[in-house]
Amino acid sequence: MLKALENISAFYANPTRFMALARQVHRPLWALAIGVLAYGLYRVAYVPADYQQGDSVRIMFVHVPAAWMSLFGYSFIFIASVTALIFRHPLGHVAARAAAPVGAVFTLLALITGSLWGQPMWGTWWVWDARLTSVLVLFFIYLGYIALWQAIDEPTRAARAASILAIVGFINVPIVKFSVDWWNTLHQPASVSRLARPALHADFLYPLLIMGAGFLVLFLALTLTRMQMEVLRQRLRARAPKGEPPHV
Amino acid sequence: MAETQNLFSNLQHSRDAVCRADGLACARGAITVFEGVSFSLAAGQALCLRGANGSGKSSLLRQLAGLLPAAAGTLTHPDPAYGTHYLGHADGLKAALTIAETLAFDAALAGYRADNDAYADIAARLGLAGCDWQFVGDLSAGQKRRLTLARLIMDPRPLWLLDEPMTALDAAGRALVTDLAEAHLENGGMIIAASHETLDFADEEVLLEPRR
Amino acid sequence: MSGLMRIFAAICSQHMHLSWRSGQTMLAVSFLFIAITLLPFGLGPELKLLRALAPGLLWVVLAISLLTGLERLFQADYEDGTLDRLLLVPLAFEAVVLAKLLGHYLALVLPLILAVPLAGLLLNIEAARLPVLLAAMLCGSPALVLLGGIGASLAVSVRRGGLLTVLIAMPFYVPVLIFGAAAGRAGLETGVAVGPYLGILAALSAASLLLAPFAIAAALRSALR
Repeated sequence: MLKALENISAFYANPTRFMALARQVHRPLWALAIGVLAYGLYRVAYVPADYQQGDSVRIMFVHVPAAWMSLFGYSFIFIASVTALIFRHPLGHVAARAAAPVGAVFTLLALITGSLWGQPMWGTWWVWDARLTSVLVLFFIYLGYIALWQAIDEPTRAARAASILAIVGFINVPIVKFSVDWWNTLHQPASVSRLARPALHADFLYPLLIMGAGFLVLFLALTLTRMQMEVLRQRLRARAPKGEPPHV
Repeated sequence: MAETQNLFSNLQHSRDAVCRADGLACARGAITVFEGVSFSLAAGQALCLRGANGSGKSSLLRQLAGLLPAAAGTLTHPDPAYGTHYLGHADGLKAALTIAETLAFDAALAGYRADNDAYADIAARLGLAGCDWQFVGDLSAGQKRRLTLARLIMDPRPLWLLDEPMTALDAAGRALVTDLAEAHLENGGMIIAASHETLDFADEEVLLEPRR
Repeated sequence: MSGLMRIFAAICSQHMHLSWRSGQTMLAVSFLFIAITLLPFGLGPELKLLRALAPGLLWVVLAISLLTGLERLFQADYEDGTLDRLLLVPLAFEAVVLAKLLGHYLALVLPLILAVPLAGLLLNIEAARLPVLLAAMLCGSPALVLLGGIGASLAVSVRRGGLLTVLIAMPFYVPVLIFGAAAGRAGLETGVAVGPYLGILAALSAASLLLAPFAIAAALRSALR
């Protein structure tokens, strides 16, 4: 099984083969993403309003999957970076770079929806809730990662620096999570965190899982499209006459 | 002055040392700078790298110093941590230090400490006055270049990699480089230098062909 | 002194020497006091309030003063070719990195920490409470330098990479600030054990010591290619 996976990965290490595969996959993937999300939103529309929170509970179906995706995105970047750095898989850097803005947007979405959801509950747009705070720090980790890619002119050098940051940052994420949780319980009684544990009645659970699946496929579709773009950009750069790199 | 000369001038490098490249290639991103570069250098030999701007002379030197991994090919050379001096475009000098302090740092990186007289001797040999009070930041480009030569004298290493060693030097400075290089080769050292000029001490040349 | 020790000491002392001579030490300490002086203008001069906020404020100001000094940690050596040389010494490059960090710590961070009692007095912390705050800073500051060094090394090839360094290093500072400020606050109250906080801070420093030199060395090697 592992061997088979290795063979597949080695086969698609060639960017041309990857591009051929991506051309076939990307339309069905986008169709699937839109389909699952549409179905998920349809289910969310028929979720009964919460007896306490009313209709604002529906924000949860965007907020929670977005928070999942923010962590998934960073794990994805980490795995891609390890693949690139240790196994020297040429598509690893491409995948990591492509996924970063996607993950960052999901993280921002989690922050904005968290704030919107919290407003009726807390009466304020921002609370230093443990979960929101961790997600905010994660957002800064994303920003640093993206900024590093942009700041270093030479692509191979930028790729190496970014993968080192991805790996070190990944170790940092659980430490931040742990210390922010601890800090939060130190300063506030734990009763506020309704955000962290919504009542997971089956009426809520299935739409939530469907939305989660939809976000996951959307993440993959966006990342795949950005990977195709990145490979094309690299080809353009390699073909440019010496001394005049194209502005891309 | 005689003392410091004696300290190192009779040092013999191993006659078995070689520096060899086989089918060496260099890539910058997706662009190949050069490929298929091969040469072999034995103890007491010097090589001059030639080629147009951008043909990869500096990159080849950095590969030889172990600073830049080769994209393809094999490289046999002395362990850079012990056996290589690399004098690149960036001189590694600190403007806020005096000449003597700079030389003391050079000595420390070679693993020893000498007294101020020894530093003054070396500075005099390089044609630099005011060893204990002159700040490196006040030196001219040629004087700085001379000061970097101190490393070659103070830390005997078999392989010298020199990037444009004659840049900014006057006639006396050039003669100094040539003298140092010839003494080094006599002691069984090896030199690879990138230069657009004729180097008297180099007996062989490698031309890096521009691609396309 | 053996040759390797001498190399380590030379790299460390040269870094200290240059920081001192170029006025970096004085600038960093002045920055700390300027920040402390600005705080009452923003928060009001009420001593009770300042005292209550002091441990957290001092930690944040210390971290920011440290962040401002990080940019030059490796950049000058990167630009003038010294790092090329330091890769070609018999010492392992990770040890070279440690020597630079130690030099940075002694030249810049230690003076900042020594300035904290005075700054603490300006914020009305009682003198008897200061030792706890200082102990917390001594335990936690190595982590700040080591983790900040990761940011500095990743941004080393970027001109004017100061803000980038700060952006990269900031998420790493969160745990140290949380536990450092908690220790400082615990020191203000009687009967609260500070030991566990100091332990966590020391553990964060130890973990950074195991991780950071390798990450920094890898980042610098990559930038030098």
